[in-house]
Amino acid sequence: MSIDINEIETFDHDVVVIGAGGAGLRAAIECSAQSLNTGMICKSLLGKAHTVMAEGGAAASLGHTDDRDNWKVHFRDTMRGGKFLNQWRMAELHARHAADRVRELEEWGAVFDRTADGYINQRPFGGHRYPRLAHTGDRTGLEMIRTLQDHGIHQGIHIHQECTALKLLKDDARISGVFGYWRETGRFVLFRTKAVIMSTGGAGKCWRVTSNSWEYTGDGMEMAYMAGAELIDMEFAQFHPTGMIWPLSVRGILVTEGVRGEGGVLQNSDGDRFMFNYTPERFKEETADSPEEAQKWLDGDTSARRPPELLTRDVVAKAILNEVEEGRGSEHGGAYLDIASRRDPDYIKRKLPSMYHQFKELAEVDITKERMEVGPTLHYMMGGIAVDGETQMTSVPGLFACGECTGGMHGANRLGGNSLSDLLVFGWLSGLGAKEYISQLTRPLSIDSDDVELARHAAVAPLNREGGENPYVLHEELQSIMNDVNIVRTGAGLQRAIDAIEELKPKLDNIYAVGSSQYNPGWNQALSMRPMMIVAEAVARSALIREESRGAHTRLDFEGEREEWGNINIVVRNAEDGSMEVEQFTRDVPPEHLAEIAYSNLDDLEGGIHV
Amino acid sequence: MSKHTFRIWRGDSSSGEFVTYRTEVDEGMVVLDVLHRIQSEQAGDMALRWNCKAGKCGSCGMEVNGKPRLACMTRMNTYSDQEVITVQPMRTFPVIKDLVCDVSWNYEQNKKINPFRPSSAQSDGRYIMSQEDVDRVQEFRKCIECYLCQDVCHVLRDHKRQDVFVGPRFMIRAAGLEMHPLDTEDRIGMIRDELGSGYCNITRCCTDVCPENITITDNGIIPLKERVADRYYDPVIWLTTKISSAIKTTLKN
Ligand SMILES: Cc1cc2nc3c(=O)[nH]c(=O)nc-3n(C[C@H](O)[C@H](O)[C@H](O)COP(=O)(O)OP(=O)(O)OC[C@H]3O[C@@H](n4cnc5c(N)ncnc54)[C@H](O)[C@@H]3O)c2cc1C
Ligand code: SF4
Ligand code: SF4
Ligand code: FES
Repeated sequence: MSIDINEIETFDHDVVVIGAGGAGLRAAIECSAQSLNTGMICKSLLGKAHTVMAEGGAAASLGHTDDRDNWKVHFRDTMRGGKFLNQWRMAELHARHAADRVRELEEWGAVFDRTADGYINQRPFGGHRYPRLAHTGDRTGLEMIRTLQDHGIHQGIHIHQECTALKLLKDDARISGVFGYWRETGRFVLFRTKAVIMSTGGAGKCWRVTSNSWEYTGDGMEMAYMAGAELIDMEFAQFHPTGMIWPLSVRGILVTEGVRGEGGVLQNSDGDRFMFNYTPERFKEETADSPEEAQKWLDGDTSARRPPELLTRDVVAKAILNEVEEGRGSEHGGAYLDIASRRDPDYIKRKLPSMYHQFKELAEVDITKERMEVGPTLHYMMGGIAVDGETQMTSVPGLFACGECTGGMHGANRLGGNSLSDLLVFGWLSGLGAKEYISQLTRPLSIDSDDVELARHAAVAPLNREGGENPYVLHEELQSIMNDVNIVRTGAGLQRAIDAIEELKPKLDNIYAVGSSQYNPGWNQALSMRPMMIVAEAVARSALIREESRGAHTRLDFEGEREEWGNINIVVRNAEDGSMEVEQFTRDVPPEHLAEIAYSNLDDLEGGIHV
Repeated sequence: MSKHTFRIWRGDSSSGEFVTYRTEVDEGMVVLDVLHRIQSEQAGDMALRWNCKAGKCGSCGMEVNGKPRLACMTRMNTYSDQEVITVQPMRTFPVIKDLVCDVSWNYEQNKKINPFRPSSAQSDGRYIMSQEDVDRVQEFRKCIECYLCQDVCHVLRDHKRQDVFVGPRFMIRAAGLEMHPLDTEDRIGMIRDELGSGYCNITRCCTDVCPENITITDNGIIPLKERVADRYYDPVIWLTTKISSAIKTTLKN
């Protein structure tokens, strides 16, 4: 049955922001400030996006707790953390603007924890040279999203909640619309628009053990990919070292790095503080080599070096894995995380209230008295939609991206706290980019009704079948396949995963959802399977090509960083025939002034010289 | 592992009924885990909201054995195997389907509150606030918008006065702004007239159900009511408190 597209509910906007997390909200606020008619759509209710769950803080070189900090040191830390695969310009813009964007939140009502002299307090985090994370206890994301939300609702943004985007529509090469459906009724909806800002977050649901919610199915990456944009750095998926592991039903739920930032230490079954054995050569100079020195650092001695628990996430996650493999794991196969013997109960409850609550309620563990049990959990996608560092536009005219769904900013490994600040900086910049693009459009855009009909047809297919594959079961199959695309990988395992994904594809065409289209989670799950499969395939294919171990990507068959790969990013795109094309491309030579900072020694950067 | 019996409300805005499900429950499970198990094994189209599974997003509010709760923070081991567990949507809001109800009214209330208006920053663009002064506000800002307090407040639930009272959630949102050390907006008239502060009769039912343990009534609503009373019944007191706090802020900067 074919339908007249005029019968589909339609909205007209200058720009549609897909996603209402920190990135989407900040982008929408900017678009509105630029006098664009702005629509924003999100799968959940407003204020429930992933950003709300962020705990530890937002990284910005405010210099409130250590005045040696400045944007250059932040930039250097980010590049080193990303193993020099980050897009130079993005890392620069992020480090330069993060502080102003955080301060702006305060102007909009955010209440961060304070230093003794009343400024925004900053907490130490892995890979950051100085205490750098503006935070509100361990619920920074809530503070951030609520501030943006409460500010945003007075800016004239048109908010469409519980609305899922399925497909981007184009007029020739240019973006001209978005097709989606309302969760509540299952009815379809069309947005006519001159530009789209993608801010849909990550894709953690491809894996079984993850800190991510049902929303993280890679929709934005898939929509952009199908529209012709490239995905970059997809082999880099971050495993956070500390997820809950027991009881099983909470496996994967995040335990903030803030626990270690506040002094928490990791121990194995022998009670050894094993991280001292895992400091990589590159970080030896800046990392404490004895518990005594680490203690001095915790006591505020600025000449002491940081404890090894605060090494970058890739290092800590692999260390835990190794301890487990060598038979020194905790009772349920992880490591112990101890804050109880390091800080007094009142301090723990004040600085880590939601961790206290979470363990007490979900695991019946009192973290002021007992150790936690933790293990790696899939947490964040470094890879994502490739954009131009200057404008945040993809290779598809009119399609912008910001936040976790974007790739390039964090390279091979993201530093904790750099996501919340990334959302603010690139949300803001993509709003400016969209404005610039729209102001140069010379002709009206139209929507192709055949495209709409195709999208509609594909969307209702699972409901119209008499029977077929159960979407929940298919999801579990995909997650099992991804066990081969985990924290440590081998060529054989990756090939196995790619083959298995290929075999799964026909099942996708026979997926079946019971019930009607009204608020039907089975149907919603069915529709999010394709995005997950595209992302899973992109990760596996990119990982197979990168024959080295770098950052979050570890190949047992190719250990260590290889010089020839230090210069290469991998991108995937949708080929003419519908297959996934993988390409290696050589990175541009870095701008001289940035290379100088990234490779300099710290003393040169800490004089507070501003460029 | 043990078997439990669940009675879950299934239906939509036109009609509905409780449907019984029997299912296995493993160690450590919360009500939300069980609902997901039922969803994937027996009722693929059962609607419910959730996101974080850790009490942080406020999506999974519902009524479990008659009590407003977050499904993700309600442990199964607080019930015996014999006990039948009844799950239904929050009853103060119109149901959409199964355990999902229409909470859009809440979003409308939020818009009524005049936004934050900060005093000017220092010349270097920074603001100074002491931790002591922000502690109070931070308590209110912990709110995850689960609307359980709205669900239980009798002004909304029994008397259906959605037309005149915004409910406890938005009273504390207003309190968070009013007590914000940097805020300069005057909301007292609005709190009385548009938010309907007079309708709360301090039963504290909202405080009892708040999963974030916010002392909604005593720390939020009562101080607001006092401010309203001061303004409307004793303008002199109001003026002096405003002026002296203005002087205090000036001195501090
Ligand atoms: C538990 C946890 C703790 C974290 N802690 C920190 C921290 O301390 N510091 C830090 O820097 N980072 C942290 N992170 C990472 C950080 O929170 C996320 O990377 C970041 O919030 C992502 O923001 P975003 O705006 O890109 O996307 P999100 O906040 O995830 O928002 C995505 C939005 O897109 C919408 N969406 C998705 N698909 C569609 C679709 N098809 N149609 C319509 N809408 C769609 C969703 O509904 C949602 O509104 C943490 C992450 C987790 C999970
Ligand atoms: S204290 Fe006031 S707001 Fe809270 S439940 Fe009672 S009447 Fe409602
Ligand atoms: S005040 Fe408490 S009960 Fe009410 S919405 Fe906020 S968190 Fe929920
Ligand atoms: S799912 Fe987030 S509070 Fe329950």
